[in-house]
Amino acid sequence: MAWVWFHRFGSPPHFYRLARRLTPWFGWPALILCLYGVIAGLGFAPPDYQQGDGFRIIYIHAPAAWLSLMVYVVMATSAAVGLIWRMNVAHAVAASCAPIGASFTALALATGMLWGRPMWGTYWEWDPRLTSELLLLFLYLGYMGLRNAIEDLSRADRASAVLAIVGVVNVPIIHYSVIWWNSLHQAPTVMKFGRPSMPAAMLLPLLAMLLGFSLYFVALLLTRARGEVLRRERSARWISEALAQE
Amino acid sequence: MNLTSFFAMGGYAVYVWPCYALAALVVGLNIVWARRSLRAARRDARRRIAMSKSAATP
Repeated sequence: MAWVWFHRFGSPPHFYRLARRLTPWFGWPALILCLYGVIAGLGFAPPDYQQGDGFRIIYIHAPAAWLSLMVYVVMATSAAVGLIWRMNVAHAVAASCAPIGASFTALALATGMLWGRPMWGTYWEWDPRLTSELLLLFLYLGYMGLRNAIEDLSRADRASAVLAIVGVVNVPIIHYSVIWWNSLHQAPTVMKFGRPSMPAAMLLPLLAMLLGFSLYFVALLLTRARGEVLRRERSARWISEALAQE
Repeated sequence: MNLTSFFAMGGYAVYVWPCYALAALVVGLNIVWARRSLRAARRDARRRIAMSKSAATP
């Protein structure tokens, strides 16, 4: 059963059609969730007892930081699948992840700096969490640079896949940095065992933003991956059929 | 809650609003970039098909 699914998903024409059909089912719910999250987070969540209204940065910062890690895991996993099973669709997905992940890592860093200035008194500190997140940005940029430097697409896929897989060690380092080391960054409030330490009026908009950003990422990924699948196919008949339908 | 105090964000306006502006920018640009990338790939694919057809039937 799983193998049938795996092969169907790995077939470029099937993936292309499925991705096109699925994109709006991720995009529109993402828009609704983010609209609710922004309105409730900015207008209706109570101010934090220590951070006042400055805490509202969390509704952008935490989802952006979450995406920066999730996108990397998706990228490294699909790169590994592409490398092991020589699956072009998986390589197409991996290649599509990098620009999205890089932009959300940059957003997480920038919003973190905007939060750090009033709360810590500094935009930047060479702290474990901040440094490892900056390294994540360089990993994304290195991955994209490596791909751009290699002319042949299938060689670029294989070489960049190795980089993506090696770089995955940074993901747990980022996640556990606030626990392993004495970091300036606060410990997790939501993504931890037990109940989140936040009232519902604060928490619900945050959960909506986390889910909204994730669905938005899937919609972006499906759109980009369709293009990447087309790039990897050479004069196949299904392409002219698929293009004729659009 | 009046509008002035809402925009003042309890004194954190200069940090909170740029944050949301940057997020809107990143979210918007990603949509533009993703669509542009797909469109470019479609254009290339059309060109490849046209070239292979013209090569097959001289």
